[in-house]
Amino acid sequence: MPTDVTPRRRATLRDRPPAALVPLAVVAVAFVVVPFVALLQRAPWTDLADLLTEPVVSDALRLSLVSAFAATSLSLLFGIPLAWVLARSRFPGRSLVRALVILPMVLPPVVGGAALLFAFGRRGLLGGPVYDGTSFLLPFSTWGVVVANTFVALPFLVVTVEAGLRSADRRYEDAAATLGAGRWTVFRRITLPMAAPSIGAGALLCWARALGEFGATVTFAGNLQGRTQTMPLAVFLALESDRGAAIALSLVLIAVSLVVLVPLRDRWLAV
Amino acid sequence: MLQASIGLRLGDLDLAVDVEVADGEVVALLGPNGAGKTTVLRAIAGLIPIDAGRITLDGRVLDEPGSQTFVATAERPIGVVFQDYLLFPRMTALDNVAFGLRARGVTKSEARARAGQWLARVGLSDQAHAKPRALSGGQAQRVALARALATDPRVLLLDEPLAALDARSRVHVRAELRRHLASFGGARLLVTHDPVDAVVLADRLVVIEAGRVVQAGTTAAVTHHPRSRYVADLVGVNLLEGRAIDGRTVRLPGGAELVLADPLPGPEVAVALRPQAIALHREHPAGSPRNCWPATVTDLEADRDRVRVQLDGPVTVAAEVTPAAVAELGLAPGVSVWASVKAVDLIAYER
Repeated sequence: MPTDVTPRRRATLRDRPPAALVPLAVVAVAFVVVPFVALLQRAPWTDLADLLTEPVVSDALRLSLVSAFAATSLSLLFGIPLAWVLARSRFPGRSLVRALVILPMVLPPVVGGAALLFAFGRRGLLGGPVYDGTSFLLPFSTWGVVVANTFVALPFLVVTVEAGLRSADRRYEDAAATLGAGRWTVFRRITLPMAAPSIGAGALLCWARALGEFGATVTFAGNLQGRTQTMPLAVFLALESDRGAAIALSLVLIAVSLVVLVPLRDRWLAV
Repeated sequence: MLQASIGLRLGDLDLAVDVEVADGEVVALLGPNGAGKTTVLRAIAGLIPIDAGRITLDGRVLDEPGSQTFVATAERPIGVVFQDYLLFPRMTALDNVAFGLRARGVTKSEARARAGQWLARVGLSDQAHAKPRALSGGQAQRVALARALATDPRVLLLDEPLAALDARSRVHVRAELRRHLASFGGARLLVTHDPVDAVVLADRLVVIEAGRVVQAGTTAAVTHHPRSRYVADLVGVNLLEGRAIDGRTVRLPGGAELVLADPLPGPEVAVALRPQAIALHREHPAGSPRNCWPATVTDLEADRDRVRVQLDGPVTVAAEVTPAAVAELGLAPGVSVWASVKAVDLIAYER
């Protein structure tokens, strides 16, 4: 008598992992989960409502969200064209440009912040002439936070979209050209929709990187509540003075990240 | 009138091919994979510039390296039906067909109305809002054809238009494609590796091998008088002309009758039959298949692992069998045999 093999049972039997992998995978999960549990266990649940309504928290949350979304928007605006150029056109020094573009990914963010200061500071390469002419100053302003975030987050978008463009089937672009579509129409109506999944994944990575940005922001934009103090900066500062507030801020940051990541992850990061 | 003299090097391929297609004519570029057929099509469409030679359409130069002339793909009045059709996956069938009109500046409502008319012409009005993945292979091909023709091109190029289909739908789609091709008055150039597609769909054949034209001429001339062993192997399709006597039966001039699996397309037909599809027997085969006739072997021609057997009798055809079968059946000139063929292996088209 054959046993009734359901699809679920079949999948379970087929995908049974090798025994050695299981304990290692459990350790990996525990390594990620334990710190969160510790954080929750230390959370000042009774004072939470009061802590969260303090202006420090709401200012930092608003600034973090605004600057992360602004940095993602700027990265999309400039990063998609850059990814297209890197993926499609051939020019001398292309591999050097590609290396420079991903440099902020591997560079310590503090170094990035210092570099931004030398470029856009009051006596910086570009910031100097601009300040002399208009007395506009980028560092220590909310725009400075956005610039710092964009600097570290842009490579995540460029790398993801470039890979997506390389794997796209270019024959669809050929088909569009034979139908009379010029290069801009092909890009807008064929290339962009084909690259949409990688653009979505890149934007998500970019946003997550911007939201957690600390080093470049604190170096380039400082730590002024309501102007440049984002959530990670507020958490770091509060750890010194008010541990309960630091935990409350952390919980908010975790909640925001989960709200954005969980629904989008399966859609854009699933391979 | 499309005149292409194409010289092009691409990897291992060294292409030097001349093709001419007059208005109202269907020309098939026939050759094995890697012969350079698709590259010829891409060069004519402007998707790859040629290294030498000249491509002109109605006297206008589209590509001539010698005079630094190159007209971009989007500016050429050339429609292409690609292999696998390449329908835009995120657009409906209607938007696919409307794409070319929109790209050429037709307003959205006008483009959609005209696209709807094209879908009606290919019998797909009810699929207008379907996404390409919901269409069958035959339907996708018709959408691709409508999309290519909607911009009113002077030339239509088709790259292996039947290769993506399974054997079952192929016969039907091929007959339908023949009908749709007939309704387009411009020059049509079709690329295929399948001799049956070529003889059914085209007026003239251009056979290419490794980037060179090895024979060109009318379909009948090339299939009846292949100039080389290579061409014979490639286009050695038996073509039998006859009259329909009922929905599925063809009478040949000698009086023999052949029964087909599919309904005949008209009263005067030609039947294509691959030599490999003919089975030979020493005795009248048991079970008496409908298409069975006595024949006399007139000639044997061996080539590698196959033997081509010329047969005389009520149906004059060439069959292809293995050397083992030759020994087993004792085949030699003058020997009498029975030949049979399945109804599904007979492909009829209107003369």
